[in-house]
Amino acid sequence: MSQLTRLSAAELAERISRRETSAVEVTQAHLDRIGAVDPVVRAFLHLDAEGALAAAAAVDEGLQHGDPAASPLAGVPLALKDVFTTVDMPTTCGSRILKGWRPPYDATVTRKLREAGVVILGKTNMDEFAMGSSTENSAYGVTRNPWDLDRVPGGSGGGSATAVAAFEAPLAIGTDTGGSIRQPSSVTGTVGVKPTYGGVSRYGLVAFSSSLDQGGPVARTVLDAALLHEVIGGHDQLDSTSIDAPVPPVVAAARAGATGELTGVRVGVVNQFRGEGYQPGVLRAFEIAVGRLRDLGAAIVEVSCPAFDYALPAYYLIAPSECSSNLARFDGMRYGLRCGDDGTRTAEEVMSLTREAGFGAEVKRRIILGTYALSAGYYDAYYGQAQKVRTLIIRDFAAAFEKVDVLISPTTPTTAFRLGERVDDPLAMYLSDLCTIPSNLAGNAALSVPAGLADDDGLPVGLQVMAPALADDRAYRVAAAYEAARDATDGDPLWSRVPDLTEDRSPGPSIGTEDRSPGPSIAEVVGR
Amino acid sequence: MTAGMTTELMDYDEVVARFDPVLGLEVHVELSTATKMFCSCPNVFGAPPNTRVCPTCLGLPGSLPVLNRAAVESVIRIGLALNCSIAPWCRFARKNYFYPDMPKNFQISQYDEPIAVHGSLELQLGDGSTFTVGIERAHMEEDTGKSLHIGGRTGRIHGASYSLLDYNRAGVPLIEIVTKPIVGAGARAPEVARAYVTALRDLLRALGVSDVRMDQGSLRCDANVSLMPRGSSVFGTRTETKNVNSLRSVERAVRYEMCRQAAVLASGDEIVQETRHFDEASGTTSTGRRKETSEDYRYFPEPDLVPITPSDEWVEKLRTTLPELPWQRQARVQAEWDLSDLELRDLVNAGALDLIAATVDAGAPPAEARSWWVAYLTQQANARGVELAELGINPHQVARVIALVGAGTLTNNLARRVVDGILAGEGEPDDIIATRGLAVVSDESALAAAVEQALAAQPDVAAKIRGGKVAAAGAIVGAVMKATGGKANAQRVRELVLARCAP
Amino acid sequence: MPTISRDEVAHLARLARLAVTEEELDLFAGQLDVILTSVARVRQVATEDIPPTSHAIGLEDVFRDDLPGPCLTQQQALSGAYATEDGRFRVPRILDES
Ligand SMILES: [Zn+2]
Repeated sequence: MSQLTRLSAAELAERISRRETSAVEVTQAHLDRIGAVDPVVRAFLHLDAEGALAAAAAVDEGLQHGDPAASPLAGVPLALKDVFTTVDMPTTCGSRILKGWRPPYDATVTRKLREAGVVILGKTNMDEFAMGSSTENSAYGVTRNPWDLDRVPGGSGGGSATAVAAFEAPLAIGTDTGGSIRQPSSVTGTVGVKPTYGGVSRYGLVAFSSSLDQGGPVARTVLDAALLHEVIGGHDQLDSTSIDAPVPPVVAAARAGATGELTGVRVGVVNQFRGEGYQPGVLRAFEIAVGRLRDLGAAIVEVSCPAFDYALPAYYLIAPSECSSNLARFDGMRYGLRCGDDGTRTAEEVMSLTREAGFGAEVKRRIILGTYALSAGYYDAYYGQAQKVRTLIIRDFAAAFEKVDVLISPTTPTTAFRLGERVDDPLAMYLSDLCTIPSNLAGNAALSVPAGLADDDGLPVGLQVMAPALADDRAYRVAAAYEAARDATDGDPLWSRVPDLTEDRSPGPSIGTEDRSPGPSIAEVVGR
Repeated sequence: MTAGMTTELMDYDEVVARFDPVLGLEVHVELSTATKMFCSCPNVFGAPPNTRVCPTCLGLPGSLPVLNRAAVESVIRIGLALNCSIAPWCRFARKNYFYPDMPKNFQISQYDEPIAVHGSLELQLGDGSTFTVGIERAHMEEDTGKSLHIGGRTGRIHGASYSLLDYNRAGVPLIEIVTKPIVGAGARAPEVARAYVTALRDLLRALGVSDVRMDQGSLRCDANVSLMPRGSSVFGTRTETKNVNSLRSVERAVRYEMCRQAAVLASGDEIVQETRHFDEASGTTSTGRRKETSEDYRYFPEPDLVPITPSDEWVEKLRTTLPELPWQRQARVQAEWDLSDLELRDLVNAGALDLIAATVDAGAPPAEARSWWVAYLTQQANARGVELAELGINPHQVARVIALVGAGTLTNNLARRVVDGILAGEGEPDDIIATRGLAVVSDESALAAAVEQALAAQPDVAAKIRGGKVAAAGAIVGAVMKATGGKANAQRVRELVLARCAP
Repeated sequence: MPTISRDEVAHLARLARLAVTEEELDLFAGQLDVILTSVARVRQVATEDIPPTSHAIGLEDVFRDDLPGPCLTQQQALSGAYATEDGRFRVPRILDES
């Protein structure tokens, strides 16, 4: 593997801007790496080698003309979750219903990346419409965890996390509705950040649950994540929920944190996120992380957030409710799949057949659940009650942040589970997001930073750092300090210990289809 | 009711003798903002299909709405003009239902938190009485696209083999104005319905917030009608009649539904709660969609939009931008012109008030403006069987004629002939004076010559005048007027005659 | 007693325009019952005086100026359509007006 693919984004950008290496070389190195390992991990749904090389060449050309770099990440390759619209690549959201759909517009995040000279390599695999915690709900087959190919890479953004962990890209973009950036990062040993809700524009992010969805960076280091955060963050007039304030100084915070000092920082350990249901190896890794933070000078405080116990059920009412409405537009009338239009069926019948054939089981489950929770007779008991619980969770956070600067917990209760292990047990799958969901409901910033390997299965564990809304920089500072201390103690960064995927390793039993196209059941559905 | 069956109708007098009608009117008005409600697509009528669309109004995945400030200001102004309270906090909800003309399969609307509530609109009826209609709410929502049904009977939805969709109209700002139940109108209910929509239309036009073109659909009315036995206070089952696209239709639709429902009730049957369609040609309503189960729209707060909190300062600032509203103008005009209630009513009924006011605005003295419109022009309108406003003369033209009379260029007689020319489509007053040669002769030398001639023709009269019989001058003046075809200023002629005959 | 019946799931699927199969109905009814039973825990929380939160970050009064911006071309607008005719989206016959 080219050494270029093992460099951080910050380093790559430095070398490119100093013209020690070219953006084209860097892009090509990553395309080569993708060629070598993606047949095994399958992080990408779509690659745009030509477009990426052209974008890289444009960066090189600008630098050659003496133009200043468009951003601190100019020329650096990136993997984009297939939930952001792109005019030059399909946008499928991992769903059969959007197979091959080419949006006529770019998402704001896409536009900002292009304007920053970031090179978009392709679109990454995900659970269908971001609903899932394993990427097994993709209509286009599973993505494998580079640490153990028989295990899931988490979800919904398993493709983005895997691309970064497997050195296919130094950077990726994910979206986090209940943990879809942080949980995959946790189980792949990468850094994943859910910015404060409203910190990154949602324009062009295909909505799952509008009041919870938030785009954010995935990287191998805290500084890289911060650099990407500043590129994609900021106010957008096209998103009414976008915060009209400067991006928190996350890069400065990451740099400051890396100097390794947390004296005076108050860190709260959330009581609710330990104990039963947690993998012992995860808890032990977490305790070691707490110890390191204490060693760095942080004051560790126990904090109780009782309403967090109700975050998971509240989430599984709010998110499906919003999704049942957001996904109504996929009806085959204006774009995407259409099934059963034989000239005799009505629009209503064709819509129903299209949606039946186009959506996978988890999406259908959530649509039905959301339709139920919003129904006239049940609204108050379910959706309305969940929104009240949401208030209580916000209050718990507010009370906690009176006492501490950041809160910490394991990112997810277990390390990566085996492919297929939770597919037929939705509730077990939902538990993956137990610790991440409160920050989605409350809208505050939270990230996952690698916390070593679990001593029971040798797989990555994530440390979640939660900060108040608009104080994203606090989470970066603590995470950067922790990262530096861990790397120093361990002798090398965690990401460097990912198995070499080019070795002859059995990828395990084949799951999903080989050609990245969904199965043939459309005909079955229509034939009924 | 199956097609082909004749619908029983009860005689209207009997209907109102036996039942009290209850009305509810829902008016949808398309705002004439420059852009749509939630995106910056131009808000225009009649563009080529699907050319005034963007990801947001096309409901493309990933798109988001951003609220148009001008639309909010418009609805606040409408609310204020309707004496509504403006909610200090309100927001949008999603109304979820699948329909191909709705790109997202939900409509962004205001549900239980409308921006304007509890207002009223006072109507003047033909008999001079007033009737106050309570306004329940005015709220914002987005319009749908338009469908074209192909293969059935000319554009009808039934029997069509497929449909074509144009989303140019999708996302156009709509304001829905809903009345409280209108009770107590009795036999006047159809007239009240029409007067309400008329008054609302005039109000919206005065506010400048909409084209209010019922023919183009920028103002649409749904009429809810139910009957209760006289003396009862329990509302009956209502029907909602849609597709009522003219003022006249509003009146006809309400009247028809009253007669139809009364016949159904009288026969012992029950009214079916349903949507009915009004047919302009036959003046009847027919059954539309019958709701199998009550619709479950699964409303919930729109997460992509944030709450609106109109501050007092904002609302008061908007209040100062309200133009003179129709009823305010009436009150002012009545005071200024010193009209009795009866006179004012006659002006209002004749549709003359706005025309007179505009004529005054164009510079004419109120008394003369009024006199022209209520006398000569009303006569002409009656003779032609048209409304004053459609007579073919505008306030500016009337004001010009009045000005010319004032300046002595026209006599009253000549002025009427100029007006006849305008009504005949001959152009502006000054053109008609030129082409018809109607101006008063004011050329002193021409007048002097005419006087000279008349005196020479009647030497005996001239002698009498010279002898001090001033009254005899009238004969000479008459002769001069005749000689000039009535275009001379008689007063001036008299002066010239007396001067010429001075001893 | 199940929280949600098979018939109810069928009704919800119709409302959501999902032509689910009989097998799916069986599967979903069971799974949704488990999920609903679990999420119904939110009802245990005492929330009498608690206002609901629909937006976590409390923004208000976000408006756009009434200035026209660019539109898609007709070709772009129709680019994803299954069928078009005369610049319009062609869709199957529509049963009745809503
Ligand atoms: Zn638009």
